[in-house]
Amino acid sequence: MSSTTQELIPPEAREPGGGRPGRRTGGRVRRLTGRDKLVLSLMVGIPTLIELALVWLPTLMSVGLSFTRWNGLDLADIRPAGTENYQYITQDYPPFWPAVQHNLLWLLFLALIATPLGLLLAVLLDQNIRGSKIYQSIFFAPVMLSLALIGIIWQLFYQRDNGLLNFLLGTAGTPQAVDWFGDSSVNIWAAMIAATWRHAGYVMLLYLAGLKGVDPSLREAAAIDGANAVQTFFRVVFPAMRPINIVIVVITIIESLRAFDVVYVINRGTNGLEMLSALVIQNLVGEGQVIGVGSALAVVLLVISLVPIVFYLSRTFGKENRA
Amino acid sequence: MSTTASTPARTGRTHAPAAARAGSKPKRHYGTHAFLLVMAVMWLVPLGWSLYTALRPVASTNEHGYFSFAGDFNFDNFAQAWTQGGFSTYFWNSVIITVPAVLLTLFLASLMAFAVSRVNWKFNITLLIMFTAGNLLPPQVLAAPLFEMAKHFEVPYSFSDSGNMLNTYIIVIAVNTAFQMGFCTFVLSNYMKALSADLTEAALVDGAGIWRQYREIIMPLCRPAFAALGTLQVIFIYNDYFWPLIFIQSGNRLPITTAINNLQGEFLSNYNLLAAGAVITVIPTLVIYLLLQRQFVAGLTLGSSKG
Repeated sequence: MSSTTQELIPPEAREPGGGRPGRRTGGRVRRLTGRDKLVLSLMVGIPTLIELALVWLPTLMSVGLSFTRWNGLDLADIRPAGTENYQYITQDYPPFWPAVQHNLLWLLFLALIATPLGLLLAVLLDQNIRGSKIYQSIFFAPVMLSLALIGIIWQLFYQRDNGLLNFLLGTAGTPQAVDWFGDSSVNIWAAMIAATWRHAGYVMLLYLAGLKGVDPSLREAAAIDGANAVQTFFRVVFPAMRPINIVIVVITIIESLRAFDVVYVINRGTNGLEMLSALVIQNLVGEGQVIGVGSALAVVLLVISLVPIVFYLSRTFGKENRA
Repeated sequence: MSTTASTPARTGRTHAPAAARAGSKPKRHYGTHAFLLVMAVMWLVPLGWSLYTALRPVASTNEHGYFSFAGDFNFDNFAQAWTQGGFSTYFWNSVIITVPAVLLTLFLASLMAFAVSRVNWKFNITLLIMFTAGNLLPPQVLAAPLFEMAKHFEVPYSFSDSGNMLNTYIIVIAVNTAFQMGFCTFVLSNYMKALSADLTEAALVDGAGIWRQYREIIMPLCRPAFAALGTLQVIFIYNDYFWPLIFIQSGNRLPITTAINNLQGEFLSNYNLLAAGAVITVIPTLVIYLLLQRQFVAGLTLGSSKG
């Protein structure tokens, strides 16, 4: 059970031992009156219906539509198309493979740079240093901003003629000035740095919570055994944060699949910034409205994202199912 | 896991004895401070540059260049962005979408969480998995069918001027609610599971029905969780760029986060104005951040620290 959850609960209302109540049995259900059953079924029924209608039904429809050809106008015009859409996106649709590469690159960048940076900041700030709280506020501030706004703020920083970066590099106003978001050879890196600005702060926050939850006696024991700071961290503290590590892995993967707002704000995900999520939307809102192709792309995105989702759910709910 | 941990918002004040922590010897801190200081400056540069640009009239920057300290500093850009950019409309649109969506999300999630955590029945875990998984899907996966559903859901013109659910706030609120409900249900159900079973057992003996248990016993105890989740959801939904982009076609109905993108075209090459627009958009989140940082942080870690 999470330490934060426990902390917010007033002590007198806490479950003794902080664990799950073990004595709740089927006997309690039998004591429910008819009215209680009605209330309960409404309590479960209304949210479930909304969840099914607006999340899971559309997900299934995406799968269904990916095997059809449709321009999105008349429902009667939906024609079965077999796997044509999938053949098209993998063989004849130029942005598809660049998008897959970019999503992968995005994931690697977040996993190898942004996430470790967040962890490093958390470890440094977890020490008893002066101004820790101010540093935390600074690193955390971008997490409050929408990714769309982050795209705009970095656009001001990255611009070719009036952006601060070109000025700092001494290239502003010269032919060597780089349009960081416009040049297709560098814009993916510029966008990933903007995304790191936010992601690292988020990871820092989660790890700070995780580090607080590590039993101090573990560190003491390691110190007594003669472990230095680095050994203590990698062999004792980091493995002890396993639940948080899992959450961070899942968040990192999912964020890289969801990367949409930043690239869409910059140039709608074209010209060097192709991403699977942006391609889905281009096919939905573009002139052609090729719903089948857009849905096939959505299904590719869905299948990939099911990997971290299933991993996370089995970690989170596996224990309870066995119990 | 231990319950002695404190949330990050409190970090830096109370601590275990420094001796217990490897690497906290005073002499090591100079390097740490130097690194953190450099990082902090780098972190502040993009925001600082936006603010600096926004405070300078376009005439000053045209005359002296963007990389200068000369010229006037004033709030004219903010005033101009506010009036010319239609910010008051966009802000109001954000309020119309955010407030009902957050309230609905919390209400529905609390009903669901109560049912799956306080009452024992067969499909508890299945439903909870379905809700949690729904929140983890990339929104783009559901976008096309939701768009088509909204387009083919015909309503009277007196209700919506598009004749269907497109271009209405209701569809944006409904989809945001459905999408965020999964996360809130997951968090609230964990919270409610940690509440003592004796509380409702006693009420049951007194003959209190399910609704009274929910309303009078569990809800008041969940206030801290609601405060944390409410703050988090206000930020999430205010910051949502995607759903209005899909569903709303009239520019003057867009909430601020989605509308700011249009300003890029409108304020073409007047970066001072664009910067002012960006800063205005940041202000509400900044206010919430300063006032409710602890709630926001608690909300984020609540959802992710389940062991």
